[in-house]
Amino acid sequence: ENCIFPGESWHCLLCISFFSDSCGLYNVPKIKKRLYLSQAPEFIPPENSQYDWIGPPDPVSNLRPIRFHVAANESTLEKHLRLFRQETEEWNQKFWATQNSSFIKEKEEFITSCLKAEGLGLKDENGRKRKLSAEKMAEFYKDFLNKNWQKHADYNKEWYKRNITITFLMGKVTLQMFWKRLGRRTEEMNSKR
Amino acid sequence: MYKPSCHRMTGLFGVCLFQGLENVRYSRNLMQLCKQAQPRWGTFQHFTFLKRLYVTKMSNGLCQHAKPKQEPLGSPLLERPHLAQEQTVIHHVQQIPAISQDPSTVTFSSEEKKEENISTVVSEITHESGEVKQWKEIRVHLEDLPGIYARLSKIKLTALVVTTAAAGYIMAPVPFDLSVFLLTSVGTGLASCAANSINQYFEVPFDSNMNRTKKRPLVRGQLSPLHAVTFAGACTVPGIALLTFGVNPLTGALGAFNIFLYTCCYTPLKRLSIANTWVGALVGAIPPVMGWTAATGSLGAGALLMGAILYSWQFPHFNALSWNLREDYSRGGYRMMSVTHPALCKKVALRHSLALIGLSALAPALDVTTWTFPLISLPINLYISYLSFQFYRDSDRKSARKLFFCSLWHLPMLLLLMLTCKKACTSKEDTLVTSS
Repeated sequence: ENCIFPGESWHCLLCISFFSDSCGLYNVPKIKKRLYLSQAPEFIPPENSQYDWIGPPDPVSNLRPIRFHVAANESTLEKHLRLFRQETEEWNQKFWATQNSSFIKEKEEFITSCLKAEGLGLKDENGRKRKLSAEKMAEFYKDFLNKNWQKHADYNKEWYKRNITITFLMGKVTLQMFWKRLGRRTEEMNSKR
Repeated sequence: MYKPSCHRMTGLFGVCLFQGLENVRYSRNLMQLCKQAQPRWGTFQHFTFLKRLYVTKMSNGLCQHAKPKQEPLGSPLLERPHLAQEQTVIHHVQQIPAISQDPSTVTFSSEEKKEENISTVVSEITHESGEVKQWKEIRVHLEDLPGIYARLSKIKLTALVVTTAAAGYIMAPVPFDLSVFLLTSVGTGLASCAANSINQYFEVPFDSNMNRTKKRPLVRGQLSPLHAVTFAGACTVPGIALLTFGVNPLTGALGAFNIFLYTCCYTPLKRLSIANTWVGALVGAIPPVMGWTAATGSLGAGALLMGAILYSWQFPHFNALSWNLREDYSRGGYRMMSVTHPALCKKVALRHSLALIGLSALAPALDVTTWTFPLISLPINLYISYLSFQFYRDSDRKSARKLFFCSLWHLPMLLLLMLTCKKACTSKEDTLVTSS
């Protein structure tokens, strides 16, 4: 089941309405970690840190990985948010790593085929890589964009849903923490009396 | 961020420094330091600090000579309570992964035959510690907040938007009221901040992939998405309220509509269709209309003229900018005319540059300015049209850049000339009001 809080039916509705089957919360088939995940060296945040950590941009996807802090007294909601953010990060990483690698690969293929058509080698007389004119490259850029229109539109829709859900969950977690703190303070004041 | 802590570190460990340290070359010095060092956490930390300095100054040498501390020296360090100013350095120490945590991959024995292992590991560590240095805590420091908010709200663009709204207000044929003028400016500014924040909130992965936008606060993790949305909300509510209740409901409605247009129409459309450019031009055209309606309370011909001038200006400005970003737009999945319809892109830029001449001539016909305005604005309008024509003909990076940079000074200049040529009778009233 997607929903992990049977008591909060409206939240279940949110889960169900927002996620398609292929992107159900914890039903995603395990993404091959090594293939898509960040190439950055493994980072372990210091033990005494109470915050998330953000790293340098991944060389392929250009996205910055985040190491989420696991609180000692993490509530179900906080865990839900953390796992969802982690999953979104992996999903994003997969999309952009694939997108950028295929862009680079197709660009190289395009350049090679254009140069071949003109009877030129990949390198010029000085041994430097030949570059095509901006106008020639523009053909490739246009083609790439048109070819991937549906993929981009689908990604966009999914990204907006996930982003809004994460923000919504963050808001809920903040409220929950606020109530907890308020509750604790009231208890302290009562016990002092 | 690290320099102040480094300087404090230097001060703190000054007393631990061996006297010869200042005069000895790094590699030999480090060796001596390692051999002679007492098993105190301070010395190990100082070694790490020196190593970092060494690494930043000389990229190759360290791996051959340095001999990292023995394992037992590492663990007391990690267990000690840390002073606040050494926090960042402690984090670096802890991130040298294999030294204290994984003896199977790293062996720090004093046997000479294992020196090769050590040197390769140290070179990996120094490389990794360089990478690991770039990991930052996602924590908001109050002193950084104004700068972060400024970048989140695209403060320069907001300033330009407020300027155009102010110009629209001043050009309106009514006596100048300072309080309404200020309320309009502040309200428009807040609305623009809100719209820009939401735009950045939606565009995080795309911004990460474009050179122009990869230093934005949400991309760098300086703010959480919730924080950005809260900031946007905190700007929208007072901004629209100021415009609706402090100025007039029409201006408030236009402000709210503009935020909606920018965040819910322009932002998603950027990835779906080239129509985004026309929507974006409309977004840019609304602020001067708001300024005018703030002054007069109604949408007159003058308001629409001001809007039309800004609308037309957007095209040479944006089309020239996007011409040199075609690769980034293509990879990021942005559908811009410059990528998908390059001929249209050039034609539209030229068309609208020429339209600016026509609109400037329309201004006195609608009683917005005197007939001096089309004459004195002709040189700058002709110049931008000439650059647009060059861009249309040559379609290269150089002509695109020239046109873009020209558009940046062309608009403020045009608005200034317009202000100086405002209809005479109204300007007399203005001087009467301001002097009394």
